[in-house]
Amino acid sequence: MSLYTSRRRTNVIATTLCWTGTVFGLAWLVLILGALIYEGARGLSPAVFTEMTPPPGATGGLLNAIAGSLVMTTIGVLLGTPLGMLAGTYMAEYGRYSKLSTVVRFINDILLSAPSIVVGLFVYTVVVAQVGHFSGIAGALALGVLVVPVVVRTTEDMLLLVPLPLREAATALGLPRSHMLMRVAYRAAKSGIVTGVLLAIARVSGETAPLLFTSLNNQFWSTDLNAPVSSLPVVIFQFALSPYKDWQQLAWTGALLVTIAVLLLSITARALSSQGKNK
Amino acid sequence: MTAMPVVEATIPTKVSVRDLDFYYGSSKALKSISLPLYTHKVTAFIGPSGCGKSTLLRILNRMYDLYPKQRAEGEVLLDGENILDPHIDLNLLRSRVGMVFQKPTPFPMSIYDNIAFGIRLYEKLSRSELDGRVEAALRGAALWDEVRDKLNSSGLGLSGGQQQRLCIARTVAIQPEVILFDEPCSALDPISTAKIEELIDEMSERYTIAIVTHNMQQAARVSDFTAFMYLGDLVEFGETNNLFTAPQNKKTQDYITGRFG
Repeated sequence: MSLYTSRRRTNVIATTLCWTGTVFGLAWLVLILGALIYEGARGLSPAVFTEMTPPPGATGGLLNAIAGSLVMTTIGVLLGTPLGMLAGTYMAEYGRYSKLSTVVRFINDILLSAPSIVVGLFVYTVVVAQVGHFSGIAGALALGVLVVPVVVRTTEDMLLLVPLPLREAATALGLPRSHMLMRVAYRAAKSGIVTGVLLAIARVSGETAPLLFTSLNNQFWSTDLNAPVSSLPVVIFQFALSPYKDWQQLAWTGALLVTIAVLLLSITARALSSQGKNK
Repeated sequence: MTAMPVVEATIPTKVSVRDLDFYYGSSKALKSISLPLYTHKVTAFIGPSGCGKSTLLRILNRMYDLYPKQRAEGEVLLDGENILDPHIDLNLLRSRVGMVFQKPTPFPMSIYDNIAFGIRLYEKLSRSELDGRVEAALRGAALWDEVRDKLNSSGLGLSGGQQQRLCIARTVAIQPEVILFDEPCSALDPISTAKIEELIDEMSERYTIAIVTHNMQQAARVSDFTAFMYLGDLVEFGETNNLFTAPQNKKTQDYITGRFG
C-alpha cells in the first residue's frame, strides 16, 4: 500500500473519531439543556418572581431564594474581588521575581481546583460553629473565598500580558510604580480583569455545597444576614430531592434561571474579552 | 579605554560617563566605558548587535532598575551629580532624562491624555494652560496638524510613524533636559523615518540627545558625535564627520565600511 493511501486512511480515522467524540459530548449537553428548558419553562410564571417558596402542596415562587442568591453573591464578590486583585497585582508587579509569588501562585492554584464543599466546611468550622448558627454572612463569606482564587489568577495573567515596552515607557516618563499600575497597566488589562470577575460570579452563582453548610435555607423572606438565608442552588437541591410534584417543578424553574444567568454572564465576559483584543 | 576622550573642550558636557561597568547577573556587558554627552548635541551609539549600546542608553535613565540582577558600577554624572547613586530620586531623574523606544508605545488612552498624562504628574495646570502645553508638545513633534481634529480618539488608532511622534511629543511635554532614543525608527517606513530624523535635528537646539541606531547612514545624518562600541568596549568616540571619514581604529573602519557586523 502506498504511503499516500495509508496517510489518507489515518486521516479519515482520526477525523471520524474527532467527530464522534464531539457529537457524543454535545449530544448530552443538548439533552441536558433541552430537558432543563422544557421542564423549567413550564413552571415560569410571574409568581416565581413575586412569591415565597411554598410549603408542599401550596402555590408559591422563588422570590426569597432569588433575593438571597443575589445578596450573598454580591457580598461574596465585593469581598473576594479586591482581595484577589491585590494579591494578583502583588504577584504580577511588586513580587514578580520573588519566591513568595511562586508559593502564593502554587497555593492559589490548589485553591482554584479545591472542591467547593471543602470551602463550605472551612467556613462552617471558622464561622458557623463559632457563632452557633447558620447565617447569610457565612454564606457570603464562603462564596467570597471561592471568588478569590479566580480573580487572583486572572488579575495576574492579565497584568503579565501588559507588554513590557508599555511599562518601560510609563516608567521612562518618571511615573512612580503605583501610577504606572493604576493609570497604564490596569487600563491595558481592564477588560481581561473584568472578564475574570464575571467568570468568578458565574462560577459561584451555581454553588450549592458551600451554602449548605453556611447559609442553609429559609422558607420565608429574610433580609437578616445574621440568620439563615435562602438561595437558589440550595432550594433547587432541597426541592428536587423532595417527593412533591410542585416542589420539583420549582426546582426545574430555579435551575433554568441559574443557567440563564450564568449564560448571560459568560456571553458578556466573552464579548468584553474579544472587545479588548480588537483594541 | 579609561581616559575620557576629549574632543571639544569648549562645548559644555551635559552627561559624563566615567569608568562604567555593567553586569547582567554575572556576565559583564559593558567594560569601563567613558564618554561625554555634550550639551545640545546629538550623540549616536553605533555597533553590531550585542555590543552594549542599548545597555548604555538604558543606564542613563536607570531603566535597568526595573529588573533584578542588573547592576552598574562606575559613575554617570548628570550636571555633575552621580545618577548611579542609590539615593537618587529615580522619578525626578526620569523626568529630566526622557526616553523614546524602539516600538511606539502609546498608552491605551486618547491622544490628548497620552500627552496631558505626564504633564499632570509634575504640574497643576488649568485646562487652558494644559491645552496649550499639549498643543505645543504635538507641534514640537510635528504631529499637531495631523491630529488636531481627533485629540479625543485613541492613540492606538494612529499609524506607526504617528504613534512614534506621539511618543516623542509625550516625552518633550514634560520638558526633559536629555532625550534618549533607542532605535526610534527601526519599526518605521522611510518617510516616517525621515520625519523623525528631521525632528531630532530640530530638537537638538533645546535638548541633549543620545540615539542608538543600527543604521549607519542615520547616525551620519543626525548626529554630531558618534561612539562606536564593540563587545562591551567603547572602541572609538569622536565627531561624526571625523569618525566616518577618518576612523582612527581598524575595527571602526571595518564596521562602517560594512566588513563585519
